[in-house]
Amino acid sequence: MATPVVDIPAELQSYWKNLDCGFPRVAEVFPECMQEAITKLSNDGIDAYIEHARFLGKMGRGAEPILIFLEEWPGVARSIGEDSLQDIMLFIRKMWKSPNGKAIVPFLQSLPVTARRLPTRDQISDYLSIALDLMERTTGSVHGIHQTFPSPGLPEMFKQIPVLLSQLSLAGLKSWADYGVRFYDDHPERQVEYFSLQSADSKAVMQRERHGTLLVDNDRKLSMYMRGLWQDEDMLIPYSSAFDELRKPIPYYDQLGIRLPDVYDDAQGISGIDRYRAALAHIIAHRRWTKAISADNLSPSQRMAVEVLEDCRVEFLAMREYPGLRSIFTALHPIPAEDACDHEKESGVRHRLAMLSRAILDANHPYKNIHIIEFARRFHELMQQGESSTQSVVDIAVTFIARTRLQSDNLPKTHFKDTEVGFRDDNRHMWYFMEEDDEGEVAADQNRKLEPGEELKGLPPRHYHEWDYNSQSYRPDWVSVYEGLHPQGKASDIDKLLEKHAGLAKRLKKILDLLKPQDKVRIRYQEEGSELDLDVAIRSLIDYKSGAQPDTRINMSHRNDGRNIAVMLLLDLSESLNEKAAGSQQTILELSQEAVTILGWAVEKLGDPFAIAGFHSNTRHDVRYLHIKGYTEQWDDNVKSRLAAMEASYSTRMGAAMRHAAHYLEKQQADKKLMLILTDGEPADIDSKDGRILIEDARQAVKELDQQGIYSYCINLDPKADEYVSDIFGKQYTIVDNVAQLPERLPELFISLTK
Amino acid sequence: MTNKDQYKVGKEPFYQAQSDEVTLYEAAYAARLPVMVKGPTGCGKSRFIEYMAWKLNKPLITVACNEDMTASDLVGRYLLDANGTRWLDGPLTTAARIGAICYLDEIVEARQDTTVVIHPLTDHRRTLPLDKKGELIEAHPDFQLVISYNPGYQSLMKDLKQSTKQRFTAFEFDYPEAKVESEILSKEAGIEIELAAKLVKIGQAARNLKGHGLDEGISTRLLVYAATLIKGGVEAKAACRMALVRPITDDADIRDTLDHAIAATFA
Repeated sequence: MATPVVDIPAELQSYWKNLDCGFPRVAEVFPECMQEAITKLSNDGIDAYIEHARFLGKMGRGAEPILIFLEEWPGVARSIGEDSLQDIMLFIRKMWKSPNGKAIVPFLQSLPVTARRLPTRDQISDYLSIALDLMERTTGSVHGIHQTFPSPGLPEMFKQIPVLLSQLSLAGLKSWADYGVRFYDDHPERQVEYFSLQSADSKAVMQRERHGTLLVDNDRKLSMYMRGLWQDEDMLIPYSSAFDELRKPIPYYDQLGIRLPDVYDDAQGISGIDRYRAALAHIIAHRRWTKAISADNLSPSQRMAVEVLEDCRVEFLAMREYPGLRSIFTALHPIPAEDACDHEKESGVRHRLAMLSRAILDANHPYKNIHIIEFARRFHELMQQGESSTQSVVDIAVTFIARTRLQSDNLPKTHFKDTEVGFRDDNRHMWYFMEEDDEGEVAADQNRKLEPGEELKGLPPRHYHEWDYNSQSYRPDWVSVYEGLHPQGKASDIDKLLEKHAGLAKRLKKILDLLKPQDKVRIRYQEEGSELDLDVAIRSLIDYKSGAQPDTRINMSHRNDGRNIAVMLLLDLSESLNEKAAGSQQTILELSQEAVTILGWAVEKLGDPFAIAGFHSNTRHDVRYLHIKGYTEQWDDNVKSRLAAMEASYSTRMGAAMRHAAHYLEKQQADKKLMLILTDGEPADIDSKDGRILIEDARQAVKELDQQGIYSYCINLDPKADEYVSDIFGKQYTIVDNVAQLPERLPELFISLTK
Repeated sequence: MTNKDQYKVGKEPFYQAQSDEVTLYEAAYAARLPVMVKGPTGCGKSRFIEYMAWKLNKPLITVACNEDMTASDLVGRYLLDANGTRWLDGPLTTAARIGAICYLDEIVEARQDTTVVIHPLTDHRRTLPLDKKGELIEAHPDFQLVISYNPGYQSLMKDLKQSTKQRFTAFEFDYPEAKVESEILSKEAGIEIELAAKLVKIGQAARNLKGHGLDEGISTRLLVYAATLIKGGVEAKAACRMALVRPITDDADIRDTLDHAIAATFA
């Protein structure tokens, strides 16, 4: 290809020759880029620049790579240093040699943003290794030898890099990418969705990995802040600030609670938690001192002024209460430059109000404008008289707008820079409107009836995480658990079962009576006991010596007291229970039913708080948790009839059911909490390819329960259970080989466990 | 006879009356009615009794009750000595003999059978039988019984019997109002009233958290400690953290919140 010699200045000709590039579009921009490169790069840097650009031009991927590189590199090199070029080119070469050439352009395009976010060479190389890892693991191969299919996710990730890096740290990015690779490496379309941040779990994982102070982690702290410092309380509801780039929601509050962003990064030297506190202090100050006023007689700009001054007023009052807030507010409040707004082209109302607000907050403000100074003074005069009121702020606001009015205030383009105060809410509570506009609609919404044919079915689902042992992490909100009452049958069936086992019941009753409660309590003043009670003994000796009648009760003994166990019995109701038990005419289900009946009766006799629930699952989207007996329910006909109707179907997703049962058991006030799980096989579900996953998840659930102070114990009816049950429950299990004995064994087990 | 004067309160204790409790107490004393003072820890119960003893110029015998205290710890006991045994009066007996105000602090801590021995002293009989010694003591005309208890402890296990409760007239104490409490701090520790008001503010933040992770808010006593530390030259925020926050909680969230309250109050 002949190099066209077009418009290249003489002093750049040698570079142009070295570049050896035939694309006419490159020739158009070359002189300009080269001028920039010469000013920004070192001599070696310029050589490398030309050399690598030449490679990009000859790569066979068209003009685009070299164009982007020529334009962007000098700027990028400025922020990350010229040394990083080697690493970057190495990575590009790797992409070029693999089938991932298509990702080169998005990668180069993302470079300037990446460089801004990751300004050191180390960070860049960490970033490149994340990308490389992703590329290698998602590039498909046939027969495991040659890589033939490009990675579907890689270019998508480069396209999303600006969003990703603005929210995630490098470690976060790594785990986010890991997650995507792990779950979607065999599913190109889903992988693309994941890496282009379209799928729900992609967003969820990203939320989890975000840097900064998360609201959910600090809910308790902030509630205490409200209660302790302000005697106020309300729900704190996070809204996502990650995906709404355009609308940028700001804090607000309504009847349901206070809405705050889900995460605050540290900013201007103020920690995330203090930013939350600032936002809360502002909102609470409104709740305390703001009275809603009528909006109908004010123009939009007047309203804006009233809002800003009211914000200033409540903050002023809050700072009067807690002077330490001033340093936080001052640090977070923007300082708009006085001449930043071009009054010819943009409307400056916001700008002027932000300056006024700053001037009120900060006595050392830089402003010279006489109106700003005068109105800040007026404001302080007003506040000197006391709390003042929303209404009296209106006067100042209206005068300020009238006094500073400019022709350009009506221009559609508004000056926004440095006018937004992050900790202030949207002031929707400040106004009431006389005109009836939307109210009809609201009322209609509230009275919405269910559509014909639409039914409310049970409670909304609860979502639980599931443990993935491959990655040693949780899949967020992976399983949906639907809870419902178990359907009812005939209670008399259960009574019949009890009669059938009358002999067993009698024997059990004896054991139950012997069941000693547990805490040791000292009993003093015993004639005979296990130990000498020294105090009493000496007193008796003195009595004896002084001629009085000595007390002979000088021993003490111990008594066990206070049986305090809450029990949850979780029944596996999966399809396999319908099989006939070996060596018996009854199905496992029937035997379980008898066993549970007797256990329920026995526990009722003991008086321990006791609940029964069954579960089965039909994929992760439908785990059913069937409520049979609750802690507050008596062992009555209602419970018995539910027990009588026990049915088995579907599969066994044990972990989710355990977590759900645990959230009930956890709320019980008891010293010891016991969860018995009665099952006939290993955890499994039809949507789980890897059998280990659900076993490992159940094991993780056992660990979680342990942390919550719940002791879990498995009664397994599967003779081959040894292979997995100890993996899940450690030593806390029993295998009942002879299922026919279950009705006898289960209560016995329970009794020996709680003895 | 026991030396009465050793039990006298020598110097006037500082006590800031919250309402008319001083007059009421004087009236109760005039009729020798037994008195019960209730209120959270560190709100000035013991100080009030000390002050009244000083004001009435009567000896004061204070007994801190604990759960191992027996009736003989109150009434008295025989001790062994070389020649056999010797009787030693307990604090309650001493008070009844010399005509002192006997103050049983945190009475619910004592075992319930112990509290019953005070019954004959608290009704019209005003006597104390010493069954072991075979003596019946007529209480001195100046004798008065005062008990205190902190309803915060009130669990099912730790409550006074009705038969005990109904022998007393009662004062209910609480932490003083902010303004009064600031004055107390300022006088007690000798600090500026503005500084005292700030300390009180922090105290109130903690009191609002009572029942939400805190069993008891920051008491006036702790506030006085903080004020004393500040007076002694300790930097205000450090003194508050040391005297107000660290003693009352191990909960990291509460600690953070109160630390922030300190930072927000001391700009």
